[in-house]
Amino acid sequence: MKYVILIQSNERSLAVWETMTDQQRMDLGRGHMELNEEMQKAGVHVSSEGLADPSLAKYVSVRDGKTITSDGPYAEAKEHLAGFYLIDCETQDEAIAWAAKVPDAANTEVEVRPVLDMSGWDI
Amino acid sequence: MTGVEDLLRECAPQVLGAVVRRYGDFDRCEDAVQEALLAAAQQWPADGVPDSPKNWLITVAARRRIELLRSENARRRREESVSHDPEPEVRPDDELTLLLLCCHPALTPVSQVALTLRAVGGLTTAEIARALLVPEATVGQRISRAKQRIRDTGARFTMPPAAERAERLTAVRQVLYLIFNEGYTASSGARLHRVELTTEAIRLARQLHALLPGDGEAAGLLALMLLTDARRPARTTTEGALVPLAEQDRTLWDAAAITEGVALITATLASAPVGPFQLQAAIAAVHGEAACAELTDWPQILQLYGLLRVLDPSPMVTLNRIVAVAMADGPSGALAELAVAEMDPALTGHHRVAAVRAHLLDMAGDADGAREQYRLAARLTLSIPEQQYLTSRAARLSG
Repeated sequence: MKYVILIQSNERSLAVWETMTDQQRMDLGRGHMELNEEMQKAGVHVSSEGLADPSLAKYVSVRDGKTITSDGPYAEAKEHLAGFYLIDCETQDEAIAWAAKVPDAANTEVEVRPVLDMSGWDI
Repeated sequence: MTGVEDLLRECAPQVLGAVVRRYGDFDRCEDAVQEALLAAAQQWPADGVPDSPKNWLITVAARRRIELLRSENARRRREESVSHDPEPEVRPDDELTLLLLCCHPALTPVSQVALTLRAVGGLTTAEIARALLVPEATVGQRISRAKQRIRDTGARFTMPPAAERAERLTAVRQVLYLIFNEGYTASSGARLHRVELTTEAIRLARQLHALLPGDGEAAGLLALMLLTDARRPARTTTEGALVPLAEQDRTLWDAAAITEGVALITATLASAPVGPFQLQAAIAAVHGEAACAELTDWPQILQLYGLLRVLDPSPMVTLNRIVAVAMADGPSGALAELAVAEMDPALTGHHRVAAVRAHLLDMAGDADGAREQYRLAARLTLSIPEQQYLTSRAARLSG
């Protein structure tokens, strides 16, 4: 079973970030690297990435076969995806245990969502 | 699969069995055999297959094992005497010993699956990763963790004592069934790679049955796989959409596999103590023998589920039995049973409860209720083809 652990950046997480010392910020980054390694060693890691600032995002749409890119209009959004872990483990409880190790869970919260697959049983 | 690949997969467990029995270090031997198989896969197609493929592989694996050992001990400069070692030889029950070791109860199911596919099935880490839809490094970790665990528990390459054997064999059958389902339930996407898993599971189940012809559950497992896999060509459309059993084009079913499965389960039920895999195979056989959905012997299926519910109860058996109740006796009794079954915490809020209820309401002519339950089930399922199927059922009832 694949699960994605989503980490959002929002007003609350930014407020926590503002109060952190440099050392605490370093520890947060190192915590992510260590978690990555731990997931790899446990044989559950599929992929994980941190995302660049939303000001660098491009919005893409296609109308009448033409690709249109723009910088917004959502640049002022209060919450955005900051990063994710994609893991493959046996149960939701196991996924929750991994999510609890994400450093951000100690500050705000992280989201665990099952990933849809292509399996199908006889009906 | 090419001829060489077939041959290599057949040799893999025998060669590993011979080498690990001779030297004892399962972990290193398994790596060495894997490398010998890779060497053979590269050399044999070009240079031709050697006169004794197994001896070739054993010799190369034994040499590779020494090299691995030397590089591990390089700093200590410890040399191992090679020349006096007798050659490892293939023995008949090595394969079973190996299967039992790979399905060791100290391992997690994902580790058992990965290790069995590599050590017994002779698949490469890359092939296993493609089939399981996870990165190669992840599968590599699962295999090395499994081997580490085996080392830690002190488990050895020996046949477990008779008292333990029954339980250990149950684990082996369960792992083979997991491998089968992993491949069978994949309806599209990476379908080609995953179909290989069902083929591999059937091949391993055949081996297990050949090694233990008197084991009724091993025979039941093989029959169940054959009868289930026989329906594969009909269970999805070319676009990957699921086709329910009742609407499948039965001329697409693999008649030879059905004949083999039916003969096997019939003979087994007559001679061995009954078990859960045999009952599931018997149910699959009843479906397999019905020329069209309307001719399905539902009372018999209901009876078999009744036995299965006693012998090996599970939430899915409960639900499948309720469907059989509806097909044999009509939907009203089945709906009442479903309401009770739903109290089981394992089923509360489960998408399949909603899917079954939708189906029963549909049968009872309650289109509104059915539509709502199909939509609910579609929202709760984690499978894309199932979601599409349930959504289209709901849409069919609109109007």
